[in-house]
Amino acid sequence: MTRARQALGAAGEDLAAAWYESRGYEVLARNWRCRDGELDLVLRRGPTIVFCEVKARSSLAFGSPLEAVTPRKCRRIRRLAAAWLDQAGRGAPELRFDVAAVLDGHVEVVEAAF
Amino acid sequence: MLAIIASATLLGVDGRQVSVEVHVCPGLPCFNIVGLPDTACREARDRVRAALSSTGIRWPQRRITVNLAPSGVRKNGAGLDLAVAIGVLVAHGDLPASAVAGTGFLGELGLDGSLRRIPGMVPLVEALVADTVVVPAGCGSEAGLVGRLQVREVRTLAELVGALRGEASWPDPPRHDQVSLPPLEPDLADVRGQPVARLALEVAAAGGHHLLLVGPPGAGKTMLARRLPGLLPDLERSEALEATRVHSAAGLPLPPGGLVYRPPLRAPHHGASAVSLIGGGTTWMRPGEISLATRGVLFMDELAEFARPVLDALRQPLEEGVVRVCRARAAVCYPAHFLLVGAMNPCPCGEGGPPGACRCSEAIRERYGRRLSGPLLDRFDLRLDVARPDAGQLLSGPPGEPTATVAARVAQARGLALARGVSCNAQLPGWSLDETAALGRDASAMLESGLRSGTLSARGLQRVRRVARTLADLGGREGPLDEGDVCLALQLRAQPERLGAVA
Repeated sequence: MTRARQALGAAGEDLAAAWYESRGYEVLARNWRCRDGELDLVLRRGPTIVFCEVKARSSLAFGSPLEAVTPRKCRRIRRLAAAWLDQAGRGAPELRFDVAAVLDGHVEVVEAAF
Repeated sequence: MLAIIASATLLGVDGRQVSVEVHVCPGLPCFNIVGLPDTACREARDRVRAALSSTGIRWPQRRITVNLAPSGVRKNGAGLDLAVAIGVLVAHGDLPASAVAGTGFLGELGLDGSLRRIPGMVPLVEALVADTVVVPAGCGSEAGLVGRLQVREVRTLAELVGALRGEASWPDPPRHDQVSLPPLEPDLADVRGQPVARLALEVAAAGGHHLLLVGPPGAGKTMLARRLPGLLPDLERSEALEATRVHSAAGLPLPPGGLVYRPPLRAPHHGASAVSLIGGGTTWMRPGEISLATRGVLFMDELAEFARPVLDALRQPLEEGVVRVCRARAAVCYPAHFLLVGAMNPCPCGEGGPPGACRCSEAIRERYGRRLSGPLLDRFDLRLDVARPDAGQLLSGPPGEPTATVAARVAQARGLALARGVSCNAQLPGWSLDETAALGRDASAMLESGLRSGTLSARGLQRVRRVARTLADLGGREGPLDEGDVCLALQLRAQPERLGAVA
């Protein structure tokens, strides 16, 4: 992964985190890693824990950022979420999976995407 | 948001109304089609998406679910593409729902946004519950046959979207050349000699009697049989619609104007499988040759070379005029009102005829004759030997009567049958024969001797009476059948074991 693309991803995650924080979410984890992969953002508001996959694109040349979240990736995020809940020792009354699409500094969040 | 678009799918030769329900909601972009689509139908996903983007419409980045209702009926083919595309546009708010109310959509989409024609336009349009139907360009005349709906022909999705939004007017239907050439049917005048075979052909045409021609190669069996459709009158509108529906469902090209109004001729090769003849198939219930020949002629050349199970599969449709094809997935009923004409050689070497000419042993000839089962042979009302014509007739004989003259007599005879409440004499019900085909005293005596000697069965008796009725009709003789007509009818129904023995 080139340095430019890493920077794009990190900037996207910053923007997405800011979007959530401005709406009253608390960031529980960023770039939480385990053997299987990485969760971009884990947030909480009230009883709900949100796992957010951030997808940043610099242009639409290869399709919209949202389309880059494939069913396979969705399944992986669900697995990672279970692992995170396990290590954090939390049972959660409510879980939600979001996808944040970042394009040209603009954030679009699809709540309960999958 | 939800959109419901009217469309239809084909099952056998019948259309089924399908509601294409499209639901667009926020979520990860995805596009699913549910409701028992087959592979071609499921692939609509990729075609619709590419067609919309070629048309310059942005694909909604949302979760799109398409349901083809009723969900229990299997949908096949690409004919629902257009309805799915329009449904997506309406559900996403690109088109007002009011623009598509009461309109059905039929057609396959190309990746460039063009509309492609699909088979079965007639039954599909019939099945639609709508006031207007949008069809691909070139299908207008076919769709218009139903008459109940206003038909709009469009070439591309862009054209259609423009018209639905009210930004452009509906495109003019493409002009058809109304001068339809009369179909080229071979003329009976080409047949020299063969007086008996010509008479049999005329009787078959007039009475709808199945005909079996037996003779050596080159005797003119095929030539005669191919001239039979020309003798038949134009189809009634209901018959024409029935034939058109089958041809349309099978994807055959239709004549200009869209209506199959001349009796069709189908001549399958003797390698034909039972399914190709009867209809069916695993993925797509395609009508078979016997249904494509409905209201026309099914000509089976080299009848004895057909596989025996294939021939015996014809027995039930021959009696009932319909064929019910049952598969695990569906059972469909195709029309099969056809006039069967068979042609065969008397033996494998083909010569038959006078002793010495044939190279086959007695046993081989007998085995060859047995290839046709008794019940099938019994269904041929007219069975005759066709000998090669004399050299004199071939070279210098006068040309025979032209098709037009014979067809006029046939039409007249068919008119008499109509007055009896049937379309041809072969369909006279058995119980009515005493009234419609009463026997004169001499005729009665002649048939009685036949029955007593065992050469005539009870079913054969009925069939002979029907043929005799046709002969009398052709000759303009009313009232009870006389000896001459019955005698001729008996002779035109040669006993199977004697076929080919005298040439």
